[in-house]
Amino acid sequence: MDIRREELLRLYYYLKLARKLEERATSLYHQGKILGGVWTSYGMEAVSVGYGCALERDDVAAPYFRDMGAFLARGISAKRIMAQYLGKKTGVTGGKEGSTHIGDLNLGVFSFPSHLADNYPVGVGAALAFKIRGEKRIAVTCTGDGGTSRGDFHEAMNLAAVRKLPIVFFCNNNQYAYSTPLRLQMAVNNVADRALAYGIPSKTVDGNNVVEVYTAAKEAYTVARNSGGPTFIECKTMRVHGHSEHDSAKYVPRELLDAWKTKDPILTMERYLAGSVGMKQEELDGVTAQVVKEIDEAEKFAEESPYPDGTDCFTGLYATPIEEE
Amino acid sequence: MKEITYLEAIKEALDEEMARDPSVFILGEDVGVYGGAFRVTEGLIEKYGEWRVLDTPLAESGFTGAAIGAALMGMRPVVEMQFADFISCAFDQLVNVAAKNHYRWGAATPIVVRAPFGGNIHGGPFHSQCIEGFFSNVPGLKIVAPSTAYDAKGLLKAAIRDNDPVIYCEHKYLYRRVKDSVPEEDYVVPIGKARVALEGKDVSIITYGAMVHTALEAAQTLGGNGISCEIIDLRTLLPLDKKAIFNTVKKTSKVVVLHEQTKTGGIGAEVSAIISENCFGYLDGPIIRVAAPDTPVPYSAQMEEVFIPQTKDVIDAVEKLMRY
Repeated sequence: MDIRREELLRLYYYLKLARKLEERATSLYHQGKILGGVWTSYGMEAVSVGYGCALERDDVAAPYFRDMGAFLARGISAKRIMAQYLGKKTGVTGGKEGSTHIGDLNLGVFSFPSHLADNYPVGVGAALAFKIRGEKRIAVTCTGDGGTSRGDFHEAMNLAAVRKLPIVFFCNNNQYAYSTPLRLQMAVNNVADRALAYGIPSKTVDGNNVVEVYTAAKEAYTVARNSGGPTFIECKTMRVHGHSEHDSAKYVPRELLDAWKTKDPILTMERYLAGSVGMKQEELDGVTAQVVKEIDEAEKFAEESPYPDGTDCFTGLYATPIEEE
Repeated sequence: MKEITYLEAIKEALDEEMARDPSVFILGEDVGVYGGAFRVTEGLIEKYGEWRVLDTPLAESGFTGAAIGAALMGMRPVVEMQFADFISCAFDQLVNVAAKNHYRWGAATPIVVRAPFGGNIHGGPFHSQCIEGFFSNVPGLKIVAPSTAYDAKGLLKAAIRDNDPVIYCEHKYLYRRVKDSVPEEDYVVPIGKARVALEGKDVSIITYGAMVHTALEAAQTLGGNGISCEIIDLRTLLPLDKKAIFNTVKKTSKVVVLHEQTKTGGIGAEVSAIISENCFGYLDGPIIRVAAPDTPVPYSAQMEEVFIPQTKDVIDAVEKLMRY
C-alpha cells in the first residue's frame, strides 16, 4: 500500500503528540498535580495512532485506556485532555471523569469503562446501527490482551460475525495484563487465534510499526465498509513500563524490556522516514517542535483552567430529567 | 376506548412506536420468527423485517452492549430479556456503561430493557425473580413496573421515547390475566409518576406490579369490615414519586408497603425510609412491609404460595396496623 508523504507525516505527528502528552502527564503526576493515576500508551503508541488515523471522519471508535493516539487522531485536543488529567472544568468530561476516560460523540469517540472489553459489544452496536440504516460507516474497538479473556470480548465477536457487521476489532497485545503474563492469560500462541472460533478473519501485525498497523487497518476497513464483515487485528507490542505510574513492573524480566526498547515505535518510524522515504531531519524536527509547543500550551491551558464546583456532582445524571412538581 | 390484555398492550406499544419512528428496533433471544418466549413480539418481524427485529445469539451482555452502542448512534433499541432473571448476565453493561454514560461524558443512552419478572407461574428460582432491587441502587437508570394494560402501553411508549436507559419490568403473571381499557389514540404515561389505584382514608397500601391486584382484593375484603384502604401504584420505581407517597401518608397516617420482591434492601425499604425521614410527624403507627421472604423463589406450588405475598397476608398486616 502506498501511503502519501503527508499521511506519513501525520502518523509521525500523532506518535510524537501522544508520547509527549503522556510524558508531560507523567511528570505532572510526579509533581502531585494529578490526583488519580496515569496509565499511558508509552512504547505502544503505534497501535492507536495506526488504527485511529486510518479511520474516516464519519466512522466511530470505541477505544480502551491505552489509546491516546486514537483520541488525538479523532480530534480530541491535547488541551482538553490535559485539563481532564488535572480534573478541571475544561477537561473533556468537566471533572466527572479522570485520565483517558474520555469520549465525544461529535468526534465519533466512545468513552470506555474500566471494565475491559466492555467497549467491544458497544462498538458492535454502533456497527449494527450503521448496518440497519444502510450507512457506509464502520466502527472500530480495541482492548488489551487481558481484555480478550472476558466474556464481552467473545460475545461481541460472535454477534458481529453472525450478523457480518461493519466493525474491525483491535487488540493491543502488550504481553502483560497488569502483572499477569500472556501465558497465564491464554493457552493459544496468538491472540488472533481466538478470532478463528468466530469465523472472523484475523491478522497479527507488528504493533510497534505504525505503517504496518495503519496498512492492516485500512485494508480491514475497506472490507468492513463494503459489507465484507469484521476483521480482528492483533498488534503485538510490549508494555515497556509499569501498568501505571505507581507500578515499577519488577515482575517483568529485564532482558525482555531491553530487547523491546530498540523496537520503540517512534525510533522505528524515524528510521523508516529517514531511510526508505528519504525525509530530512529538519522536517522531523519541525514536527517535534510543533508538538512540544502544543503540549506546552495544553499544560498552560490546563493549569490556568478553573476547577469545577463541588456541586457540579449533582448535574447530568439523566438526559431526560424527571421533573419534580 | 378498547379492552386489551396486558400482553397486547406491550405488543401494541412496540408496534406503534416502530411504525412511528424508524430508529426503534427490537433485539433479543427468539424475538423474531418465534415471536418471543411469551409471544410479545409475534408478527413484528413479518412487519418490520429481520434488521428491526433481531434474533441474537444467547449472549445477554453482548446484545445489551450492542443496544447501548446503537443507542449512542441515534437508534432506540428495545432489548428483550427472555426472563428478567437473565438480566444478571447484562448487569455490567447496564450498571457501568448505560447508567453512567450521560453522567460521565454527556452521552444519552436511550435503551429500553424489557424484563418479564415475577413469580406465581411455577418457574422456580431462575424464571421467577424480581430484579428491580438489583438496579434500584444504580443512579442513572430508570425503572418502571406497570400493573394495568393502560399503564403497560403508556409506560412502554414513554420509555422508548425517553433518552435514558429504562428497565421495563413487565409482570409475566399479568400477561393474559389482566385486561382493561386503553384509548384508541396515541398516549404516554409519564415516567416518575405514581397513581392512586384506589382512593381511601384509613390506611395506605403502597405497591406495584402484580401486587397491585393483590392489594385491590385485600381492600375489598377490608372495606367490608369497615376499613377504607388507599392503594398507591408506584408505576415508576426509580426514581420514586416522593410527592405521591408523601401525599397518601399525610392523608391516612398508616402505611403498608407491599411487594413481591424479597424483603431485605427492597423497594419497600427505601419507601419506608423516605417516609420516616420526611413524614415522621404524620405517622400514627409503624410502617409495615409485606414482602417475599429472603430466599430464592421456590418451585413447588406449596412453597411458592408461602413465598409470594397473598391477599390474606395483606389483610393481616392492615388489621394489625389498624389495631396499633
